Amino acid sequence: MKFIDEYRDPEAARRYSHLIHDITTKKWNIMEVCGGQTHAIVKYGIDELLPEGINLIHGPGCPVCVTSLELIDKSTEIASRPDVIFCSFGDMLRVPGSRKDLLQIKAEGGDVRMMYSPLDAIKIAKDNPDKEVVFFAVGFETTAPANAMAVHQAKVQGIKNFSILVSHVLVPPAMEAILSSRQNLVQGFLAAGHVCTVMGYNEYFPLAEKYKVPIVVTGFEPLDILQGIYMCVKQLEENSHEVENQYARAVNREGNKPAQELVNKVFKIGTRKWRGIGEIPDSGLILQEDYIEYDASLKFGLAELTVDEPKECISGIILQGLKKPHDCDAFGTKCTPEHPLGATMVSSEGACAAYYRYRSRK
Amino acid sequence: MCLAVPGKIISIDDSQGELMRIGKVNFGGILKEVNLAYVPEAKIDDYVIVHVGFALNTVDESEAARVFEYLKEMDGLAELDDPNKPVRPPAQTDK
Ligand code: SF4
Repeated sequence: MKFIDEYRDPEAARRYSHLIHDITTKKWNIMEVCGGQTHAIVKYGIDELLPEGINLIHGPGCPVCVTSLELIDKSTEIASRPDVIFCSFGDMLRVPGSRKDLLQIKAEGGDVRMMYSPLDAIKIAKDNPDKEVVFFAVGFETTAPANAMAVHQAKVQGIKNFSILVSHVLVPPAMEAILSSRQNLVQGFLAAGHVCTVMGYNEYFPLAEKYKVPIVVTGFEPLDILQGIYMCVKQLEENSHEVENQYARAVNREGNKPAQELVNKVFKIGTRKWRGIGEIPDSGLILQEDYIEYDASLKFGLAELTVDEPKECISGIILQGLKKPHDCDAFGTKCTPEHPLGATMVSSEGACAAYYRYRSRK
Repeated sequence: MCLAVPGKIISIDDSQGELMRIGKVNFGGILKEVNLAYVPEAKIDDYVIVHVGFALNTVDESEAARVFEYLKEMDGLAELDDPNKPVRPPAQTDK
């Protein structure tokens, strides 16, 4: 397929790998922020093409993995009500809450439906005026334009039986939380290409300056990732800390203006709790006052619910790059993709599931 | 859910207004309906990157060969082996 196959060419990958070996003289810790990149790195064995000193740290960029336990519990609570049709991206159905997951609710008779797009949930709301239709609005900046459009359409069309359970997270504040932590190991970032498709990359200049880290906006195909690593290592070796754009075929500095406009009309920035990491100020999106009637948490009286995280899962430490999935005692034994204990084992973009799928031999 | 592949627009229906500009997009043989509200500039035959039903950008063809051009440049500097196996796609015009 055009724009895919050529970026998977093994020969070009080998040449990039050579180039990276040529310039690397020290040990470097580089974090790929996005779970899609983690998936590609583990699937194509990109980490195995790198010099020993280059350590890739798998960042928190998987929305399924960082959605807080209390939001999962809110979702199961709402989905088990008889008057509700609960709609969600498929990945969220198996994320373990503190007692149940959405699939169990479905098995017990709850009307839980898998959606490809939030606009499909709007259609369901129109077709079922006697039901409350709730969409689980999870994701990073990449799904925010779609969720904003769904809510906006509901308002424009006067659809009252629709609401969203908002769990939106923002990437740059999470990067800053990692950088400002005393335990931080990360020396350079591959920023998430598709997040920048929407937001551009202006936000990264102050981060690169303040923490003296190179940040390379990077795509998702093997050659993109290798080129991103090359650019990042080059900067590290030269002691520079610029923002660079590897993924120029899809990303420009300003991002997608029409998408940003609608996102800002419907959502505003608020504090968000990340699974395994905890609360990060200004790291999420919440509904603007004008759209507050579409907030499922308020509609169903669950705004106050809070839940503590279980101790046995170390996914929070993994998401900060301090440990690898193999370091978890439960990995591959008590915790597998069929029976995940933590969210990083659920989604194919989660570090634990990617390792389980492609690295269980180790 | 942030993974997305580029697909080619094969038709556009804008009869339902700007916010519901819908395109048929071909992803390697699989056709999907995609909302094009956020890419007002997109035309038939453009490649778009689609997230959960929404096209978020058109692929810039002139930038698409950069990965290979960069490699060639760096290869030249490093004087690496094997110049006789070009991997670069047909040349694209620069911006
Ligand atoms: S293997 Fe399972 S329990 Fe261990 S960190 Fe990963 S998700 Fe958590």
